[in-house]
Amino acid sequence: MKVCILNILIMAKIQLNGKKLELKKNHSILKLLKKYKMDSKKIAVELNGKIINRNKYKLTYVKDKDKMEIVHFIGGG
Amino acid sequence: MKKDTFKVGNEILKSRLIVGTGKYRNFKETAQAIKASGADMVTVAVRRVNILDKKKPLLTNFLDPKKIKYLPNTAGCFNSEEALRTLRLAREMGGWKMVKLEVLGDKKTLYPNMIETLKATKILVKEGFKVLVYCSDDPLLARELEYLGASAIMPLASPIGSGLGIQNKINLSLIIKSAKVPIIVDAGIGTSSDATIAMEMGCDAVLVNSAIAKAKNSILMAEAFKNSVIAGRQNFLAGRMQKLPFADPSSPFKGLI
Repeated sequence: MKVCILNILIMAKIQLNGKKLELKKNHSILKLLKKYKMDSKKIAVELNGKIINRNKYKLTYVKDKDKMEIVHFIGGG
Repeated sequence: MKKDTFKVGNEILKSRLIVGTGKYRNFKETAQAIKASGADMVTVAVRRVNILDKKKPLLTNFLDPKKIKYLPNTAGCFNSEEALRTLRLAREMGGWKMVKLEVLGDKKTLYPNMIETLKATKILVKEGFKVLVYCSDDPLLARELEYLGASAIMPLASPIGSGLGIQNKINLSLIIKSAKVPIIVDAGIGTSSDATIAMEMGCDAVLVNSAIAKAKNSILMAEAFKNSVIAGRQNFLAGRMQKLPFADPSSPFKGLI
């Protein structure tokens, strides 16, 4: 039980690109991008349906139940 | 003769051939084919990053967006909301204002949903986008798109990826004659002679993907397209001879022995 409460306090369950993910709280978007080795200049981020400006990656924190999409360019016609 | 330039949106392009970057065997081939095509603008799609595979090669590592213009598309979107969301994300990614709008209506034909396309065009123009619009070859709807502020009209030659070439020349020529914005034939081009025909008819440019990517030798086909688009444009500018219902000898009868 203690562990469970502790989990709620320190972990954030989010959905990233349709996949469920657990992160430590106080994770900024920039930190998340670094974790997945993504170049912030080559992607765009949408958090709960809102596009996040690149300048705000450092100061925007991911919260519990957030839905996040990270996209990039691929081949297409 | 006045220099023949191709202006679309605010951009002046050197080539009248726009190439898609999908369906190639790998990114190396994509880059080689695009180089051979001489195109200075390529279409790209917006998709989720694969977070599980950090080592997956990236298109941007093979085609530098600083050296070749990216034209983000909305392929795979079936309503105006999805298309708007995709293009707003594309703009955030690279600051691209020039985009290709493509709202599909049906998975089998990939025919455009023109009601949603018109709706999205209106909003995108208002938001400052330069919108190149994939559309049906209906002359009235093409005119409507122009009225709404589309930067270019891109009627299909035949269904996307079919390679059937121009199926309705009458409609296409009606669109060309009435438009004041560039007409770019998009979708259905099968081989480079199809591109020559489109250009000869007076189209401003052609957009080709499958016909190059699916050729046995895509790099050679890309070069063929480069030449055929130039040839088609020159045909149009030169003005072809009149068709006659009878023969007209090339050697004079006068002085015949």
